[in-house]
Amino acid sequence: MSAIALNARVVRALGMRSVRQTFRRPQLIAPIIVFPTLLLAIQTGGAGAAIELPGFPPVQSFLQFMLAGAMMQSLMLAGNSGGIALAVDIEMGFTDRLFSAPIPRFAIVLGRLAGTAALGFFASLWFLAIGLIFGVSIEGGVAGALMAIVLVTAAATAVGGIGAAFALRTGSASVVQGLFPLVLVVLFLSSAFFPQELMIEPAKTIAQYNPLSFIVEGIREPMISGIDASDTVDAVLAILGIVVLGLVLSARALRHRLRVG
Amino acid sequence: MDGTLVLPAWRSNLATIAALIGRAKNELIRVPGAAIPGVLAPTIFFLGLNGVFGALTHLNGFDTGSYESFIVPISMLQGAGFTGAAAGVNLARDIEAGWLDRLLVSPAPRWVLLAGTVLAASARALIPATLVLAVALLLGASFPGVDGLLIAYLMVAAMAAVAACWGSYLALRFKSQSAAPLMQAGMMALILTTTAYAPLALLSGWLAKIARVNPVTQVVEAARQGFVGAVSWGETWPGLLALAGMLALLGALALREMRRTGV
Repeated sequence: MSAIALNARVVRALGMRSVRQTFRRPQLIAPIIVFPTLLLAIQTGGAGAAIELPGFPPVQSFLQFMLAGAMMQSLMLAGNSGGIALAVDIEMGFTDRLFSAPIPRFAIVLGRLAGTAALGFFASLWFLAIGLIFGVSIEGGVAGALMAIVLVTAAATAVGGIGAAFALRTGSASVVQGLFPLVLVVLFLSSAFFPQELMIEPAKTIAQYNPLSFIVEGIREPMISGIDASDTVDAVLAILGIVVLGLVLSARALRHRLRVG
Repeated sequence: MDGTLVLPAWRSNLATIAALIGRAKNELIRVPGAAIPGVLAPTIFFLGLNGVFGALTHLNGFDTGSYESFIVPISMLQGAGFTGAAAGVNLARDIEAGWLDRLLVSPAPRWVLLAGTVLAASARALIPATLVLAVALLLGASFPGVDGLLIAYLMVAAMAAVAACWGSYLALRFKSQSAAPLMQAGMMALILTTTAYAPLALLSGWLAKIARVNPVTQVVEAARQGFVGAVSWGETWPGLLALAGMLALLGALALREMRRTGV
């Protein structure tokens, strides 16, 4: 078996383990699916009249607008949950056993990220299904839905890289769990839940430059008006930026972890 | 006489409750990392919701022009919900670690053990509530007056007790921290399916129907009254009644599970 095929098997096995682990532990799956679904329902019902505000983009319903925000919340928490699970593996010594196995170190991190990507993919399908069940039309059609799925999956992988870096650096599940409020802050300071033009300062200005805003707009546009090349490029660039940041931080954290044991 | 000091039952019960509250306080001081998310989350939700949904006050039907004032009681009650659910998670951890078994073989009655957990949650809920209130006042929320403030704090403490009863019931039923999402999601759903984001008239059909029958809506309105207008007994008593009902129901369920728990 070639080295590439062998590494792919390792990544696949670790990715499958990561997904199974998430679905077996309610603590890990709840933040990814249950809480964003609950918030989506409540925010849609509670703030649905917002589409009547002057300046709100033309949408079929507030649910149509909010789907991208729910996906974004879910993928961010999938990245955080992936980091927590990796930190638990470090605390329990499982990662040490992987380090001593004849597999490349990067495959260990990639395996975890493959699991996070799978969860992002699942989350995008889940929220698209909810939207369709409750009468949302995807203006970009099948291509628009596929675009949203691809962007959510890629963004989950990118955010998972940051979570993995924190896990490798600290080796503590409670510290990675402590990032949860930070995840919420970054999310609220983006256009995930409301049009940026209608937000209140300073959230409005911060949202304008927040990379998550570019990603969420890239996911939202295919749903509310159709695929827009400019929004898609912005989203891809923002995802690439987070991937690079995650790679650099993960590589440094992995070196640190190998040094301190 | 063997010289042993025998305390009256009520005094030893009070001492046990005080010791359990003291233990919860120690957790807060010694493991601040675990407490910080619960303390910060309501404030983050407040700042986030205010920044994001603040423009909703421009809609017809809002009885205040300040979304900070409208949303701050929700964030305070959300803090109570988080704190109460955390009490359930901590109890589940104590069950997993065998600590509860040691308490159960002590001469303390079961209701005293439950009261310690519940009252500790009520006291702890005042911390996130105070933090979010301070931030809201700094950002321009209306001061609710002394009476409005006292009512808001009473609602927060009692709501935390309700949430702690719910969390304790689940912890004793499932005996695992895996029940944590159910504790948190249950409270989140109960507090947010009310007039949390907007007045009843602006809620969409299904949410308006749920909000009308959800007893926490009365708690929200009682806690909110001082922030958006004048305080009245007419707005206060339904909240008190709702809390008493929820406490009686969930307290009875938790106590029943506590009594069923064997060593």
